[in-house]
Amino acid sequence: MTQFVQQVVAGLGDGAIYASLALALVLIYRATHVINFAQGEMGMFSTYIAWTMIENHGWSFWPAFVFTVFVSFLGGAAIQQTVIRPLQRAGELTIVMATIALLVLLNGLASWIWKPDEKVLESPFPTGTWSVGDVQIPQQSVYDLLVVLACVVLLWAFFRFTKLGLALRASAVNPVASRLLGVRVTWMLALGWGFAAALSAVAGMLAAPAQFVFSPSFMQVVIIYAFAAAVVGGIESPAGAVVAGLALGVTMNLLGTYVAFVTPDMRLPVALAILLAVLIFRPGGLLGHAAVRRV
Amino acid sequence: MITRPALTAAGGIVAAAGVIALLPLVFGDTSEFRFAFVGAYFIAALGLQILTGYAGQISLGHSGFMLLGAYVTTILSVDHGWNDLATIPLAGLVAGIAGFLFGFPALRLRGVYLALATFAIPIALIALAKKYEGLTGGGGGKPLTRVLTGHEAYVTTWPIAGGMFVLAWLLLRGRLGRAFRAIRESEIAAVSMGINLALTKTLAFGISAFYAGVAGSLYVITIGFANPDTFTIALSILLLVGVVVGGLGTLVGVIVGALFIEYVPLYAPDILSWVQKPIDLNLDPQAAGAGATVYGAVLLLVLYVAPTGAAGLLRALVRTVTRRLYTSRGTEPPGHVVSRRREA
Repeated sequence: MTQFVQQVVAGLGDGAIYASLALALVLIYRATHVINFAQGEMGMFSTYIAWTMIENHGWSFWPAFVFTVFVSFLGGAAIQQTVIRPLQRAGELTIVMATIALLVLLNGLASWIWKPDEKVLESPFPTGTWSVGDVQIPQQSVYDLLVVLACVVLLWAFFRFTKLGLALRASAVNPVASRLLGVRVTWMLALGWGFAAALSAVAGMLAAPAQFVFSPSFMQVVIIYAFAAAVVGGIESPAGAVVAGLALGVTMNLLGTYVAFVTPDMRLPVALAILLAVLIFRPGGLLGHAAVRRV
Repeated sequence: MITRPALTAAGGIVAAAGVIALLPLVFGDTSEFRFAFVGAYFIAALGLQILTGYAGQISLGHSGFMLLGAYVTTILSVDHGWNDLATIPLAGLVAGIAGFLFGFPALRLRGVYLALATFAIPIALIALAKKYEGLTGGGGGKPLTRVLTGHEAYVTTWPIAGGMFVLAWLLLRGRLGRAFRAIRESEIAAVSMGINLALTKTLAFGISAFYAGVAGSLYVITIGFANPDTFTIALSILLLVGVVVGGLGTLVGVIVGALFIEYVPLYAPDILSWVQKPIDLNLDPQAAGAGATVYGAVLLLVLYVAPTGAAGLLRALVRTVTRRLYTSRGTEPPGHVVSRRREA
């Protein structure tokens, strides 16, 4: 039982990281109707920016964190305007290829600028544990979860209570009608990409300390879990992405502890098997609804 | 009736085959070795072209099918004493059956979902290959029975590549090719014309994976060593890049894509130093990541400037030249408007 609770908490910590990246994928999917394969690499690049501010410019973690989130927001919006927008009419496959090109490009740039060797991003949180009875609760997992939940609540409040948030939702649901009502839809799309980039920056800056060391490929495992979470939750459902991300983190930790077959190497295939099963039996995801195609 | 474009294409293909047959005369061992890899990439990219360019289904899983083919060859030739060349058809067949079976769940998925699901193939297969070390040699890899010289690898790979090219051409020019293109353009229209969507899509996956399996087999025969980490998602992405650079929906363009996959990383430092010469960025073009950076940038550039790829550029060039040759000034040839329409 003790071990069970510990694994659940640790799983929630991992799951929080998957959830934030999955949420970023959902934001872009709702805005652009495309899966952004470069989402993880955008978070990776942001993490290197934070690392540079801390290591080379002597900043402490939180100012670097806020700065990086802001820069990533601008970067995401800029990518939408310069890379994605000109290809918007060219069809799904072309845009998917463009995000794959971004993936390769960002990964190459990061190993070029910062060298491919492993770096350390110190955790801003205490790495010890709290003892509740026999249960050792890892503090970092709890703080990771809190940071992600705070981001989610902030985003939700923005979308729910501000006029800009309403305009963003409107242009995702019905771009034509929104344009007629005076919403600048292309800028709304750029904002959507900005928020997604900011979220993946958060995911990267939490994942790097949690993995102790990071290198330019450190987000490639995280992004696969995030894909799984986004699809399992229903690719258009933000709430689904968060819930599925957390659930996936917990499930993988529990399977890793109690099922002998699920060695660390086998975790990813098992997660993908879950993804495949969900896609086959509930193609719309758990919280999504099946897409209706107009003929 | 044999049309002029068909003649032009046939002429081009015969010329290309001639060049490939004569290249060993001028090549050294290293170049022949590199070209053997180009041949393997060519076959794998042909398979992906059939699936993506013709049937319109995206796949990031083809490195996984290559892995299957590679290990069929490795295990049969090392542990069971088969002649490694004799394992090639079987390698293709095993991968093809796996692809056909994967096509079933893929049937329910479209576009983005399919791409995400195909992600699973190489990741799962690499993990399994590392887990069952007794069979595969695990993460440390497994050497094959013989080591080929560059020339041997070249003369092994290219005849097979040529055969696979002709096979693809024969497959695609007939009923099946039309069915593939129909489901690419509109699944609903295709079904209403009587095309069996499920069968056609799974067949596309199966045939495509067969090609990848043969390519994987030739790859390990050439390199003489099987290692699961050769066949990561990165290789799948490279293949997709090759197909797009060559031009979606064209078999001839695939050769450009295959050359691109093998040679761009090699010449990336040169490209970089040439690009930064006028702006004096003072970056080290030999550093790690330089190759990937060039790759990504070139891919983006292709998507913007030449969305029809190398084949599209070539076609436009041929068309311009032939129009100059065959048209007198001031008159447009009949069918001009149709021929200028952008190809999807």
